[in-house]
Amino acid sequence: MLAHGFGCDQNMWRQITARLGEQSRVLLFDHVGAGRSDPSAWDPDRYATLDGYAQDVLEICRDLDLRDVIFVGHSVSAMIGVLAVAEEADRFAGLVLVTPSPCYIDQDDYRGGFSRDDIDELLDSLDSNYLGWSATMAPVIMGNPDRPELGQELTASFCRTDPTIAKAFARVTFLSDQRADLPRVSVPTLVLQSAQDAIAPREVGAYVNAHIPGSRLVTLDATGHCPQLSAPQATAQAIASFVAECR
Amino acid sequence: MLEDNIDDLYDTAPCGNLSTLLDGTIAKVNATLLGWLGYSRDELVGRRRFSDLLTVGGRLYHETHFAPLLQMQGEVNGIALELRCADGSRLPVLVTSAVKTGGDGQPLLIRTTIFDARERRAYEKELLHARQEADADRERLQGLVAGLQHSLLPDMLPAPPRMQVSAYYHMASADRIGGDFYDLFPLTADRWGFFLGDVCGKGLAAAATTAAARYTLRTAAAYEPDPTLVLTHLNSALYQNYDSPSHRHCTVVFGILTPTSAGYSVTIAGGGHPAPMLLRADGTVEAQDVGGTLIGSLRTPNVATRTFSLTAGDTLILYSDGLLEARIDPSTDRYGEDALEAFLARSTPSTAPAAVEALTGVLATFERLDDDVALMAMSLRHPAPDS
Repeated sequence: MLAHGFGCDQNMWRQITARLGEQSRVLLFDHVGAGRSDPSAWDPDRYATLDGYAQDVLEICRDLDLRDVIFVGHSVSAMIGVLAVAEEADRFAGLVLVTPSPCYIDQDDYRGGFSRDDIDELLDSLDSNYLGWSATMAPVIMGNPDRPELGQELTASFCRTDPTIAKAFARVTFLSDQRADLPRVSVPTLVLQSAQDAIAPREVGAYVNAHIPGSRLVTLDATGHCPQLSAPQATAQAIASFVAECR
Repeated sequence: MLEDNIDDLYDTAPCGNLSTLLDGTIAKVNATLLGWLGYSRDELVGRRRFSDLLTVGGRLYHETHFAPLLQMQGEVNGIALELRCADGSRLPVLVTSAVKTGGDGQPLLIRTTIFDARERRAYEKELLHARQEADADRERLQGLVAGLQHSLLPDMLPAPPRMQVSAYYHMASADRIGGDFYDLFPLTADRWGFFLGDVCGKGLAAAATTAAARYTLRTAAAYEPDPTLVLTHLNSALYQNYDSPSHRHCTVVFGILTPTSAGYSVTIAGGGHPAPMLLRADGTVEAQDVGGTLIGSLRTPNVATRTFSLTAGDTLILYSDGLLEARIDPSTDRYGEDALEAFLARSTPSTAPAAVEALTGVLATFERLDDDVALMAMSLRHPAPDS
C-alpha cells in the first residue's frame, strides 16, 4: 500500500509500481484533498491532525479486508503509517518510511531543520503560486510528449489541489510532532532516506531509525525529497528486498 | 539585418539563465542573474545548488511541488519563488525549468530561466489582499443574511396538546434574504393560531414586509377570532404601503385550531397560497385548496375559508410555492402540485417530523431551487393505548 506525501498525488509512485508489482499486489490511493479524490469528502475537522489520515488508511484496510499489508509512506505519509500501525498492528506485516520526519520544527535539542517562520513562508509560497495556477491555467500542465506514458489526464491533477485544502494539509504536515509515536511501532520497519534531502535531512532519518525499535536505515544515493522520482530503481530495489524479507 | 551575439545574449539577456546538474548543482549562470543576486560566478558554479538560492519556504515548495513536477513532466512553468541575494535581501521571481535530455532520452541537465517578478508580485499581493477581503466580506454578508433570515422565523415551534409539529426552511441563496415565513402559537388556553406565507421577491424590502406580516398576523390573531378578518387586517397593513417602492404583497394561509373530542377542528383562511395538504390516517391525501386573492395588492381582498377536522394519525402540511416551482432537472417542467400530491400519497399516513423529513429529501433531489422553501407540518398523535 503506497501513500503519497504532501504536494502531489499517487502518480508520485509511477516509476516504481511495475517493479513492486512483480512480487506483490500494489494498492495506490490519493489522500482526501489530493489528486482525483472526491473534494466533497474533505472535512477540516477530521483532517486537522494526521490521525484523520491514519483513520482513512485503516478504513481502506478494513473495507478491502487487507491483511499482511506493507505500508509504504512517503514524507508525511510515513508518519501517517506510523499512526496507523500503532493503532492496528495486526493488519501490517511491515512499514517502509520514505524520507520521513517525525517533526519538521526545531525543538530544544531536536533538529527538524525548520522554524515556525519557515512554515509560514511556505504557506505564502502556496498562496502566490495558486494565484498563478488558477483554473484557467490548468491546461498548462500536461503530459510530456517525450514521455507518453505520463498521460495528460494523469498529470493534470498532479501537484494540484484546492488552495484551502493544500494550506490545511501543509499546516498539519509541517506543524505536527509525531516523535512520541515512533516507539509505538511494533512491525518490521525500513527507513529510506536520500543522501541529500532539504526537507528530511540525514540526522532526522537517523533519529527515526534510533527511535523505532529494530528498524533498519538505508541511505539511497539520491538527491531530493522524492527518491522514488530521482532514483526510482534504487528506491524500488530497496523496498522490494525489504518486502521479500517480510514474507 | 542586425546579428546579435549568441554568447552575449545568453549572458546579458533580460532574464536570469541558469543550468544545473540533475542534483541541482549550479553548472552555468549568466551575468544578469549574478547581478541580481550579488554573487560572483565562482561563488555559485560547482558550489551551490539551485535550492540553496531559495528562501526556506520556497525550498519546501521546490521539494514538494517543483522538483516532482519537473521529474514527472520534464518541464515546469511560471512558478513563483523568492531568491535570497548575497546581501540577505529577497528577490521575487518567476521560474521556468526544462530538462535537457541526451540523444538516448536520458536527462542530462536542467535549464532554468528566471524573471524578475517584483512588480508582478506587488500586483499579485494586491489581488490576493483584495480577494481575501472580498471573501471575508462575503462571509460576513452571508452570516448577516442567515442571521436576519433566522430572526424572521420562530426559534422553535411549540406543539399543541396531542400534536407533533415540525418545520424546515431552505434558503435558496446564501446572500439574498427570502420572504417565506411561518409560525404556530397559542391564542387562548386551548385555541392555537398558525400561518405560513410567502412575500414576493427577495432582499431587504421582502424581509421588512415579512417581519411586518408575521407580527401583524400574530397581533391581529390575538384579538380577532375570525380568520377572514385576521387576513383582512394584514391586507390593510400591506396595502397601505401600495404606492411605495418598498411595497410587497404576499400569499398566506392563516388557520385556527380548536380542540374537539376527536382532535382538532381546523379553520383556514387563504390569500392566494398553494393548497395545504392533509394526509389522512387512512392513507388518502386531501388538497385543502382555499383560494383567495393575494394579500396586500387589492383594497378589498377576497378571503375564503374552509373548515375540516384533524383526527388521530392525520398530518397537515403547509408549504411555500418554492417547492412547486423547483425543477427536477433543467429540461423538465416544474415540480407542481400533482407531483407533490402523488409523492405525499406514497408517504401517507405520516407524522409531522416524518413528512417534513420526506419533503426535505425531495428538495435535495432538485437540480434547481430558485426560490426559498418553507415547510410546516402538524400531526395528531394516536391516543396512547390504555395501560
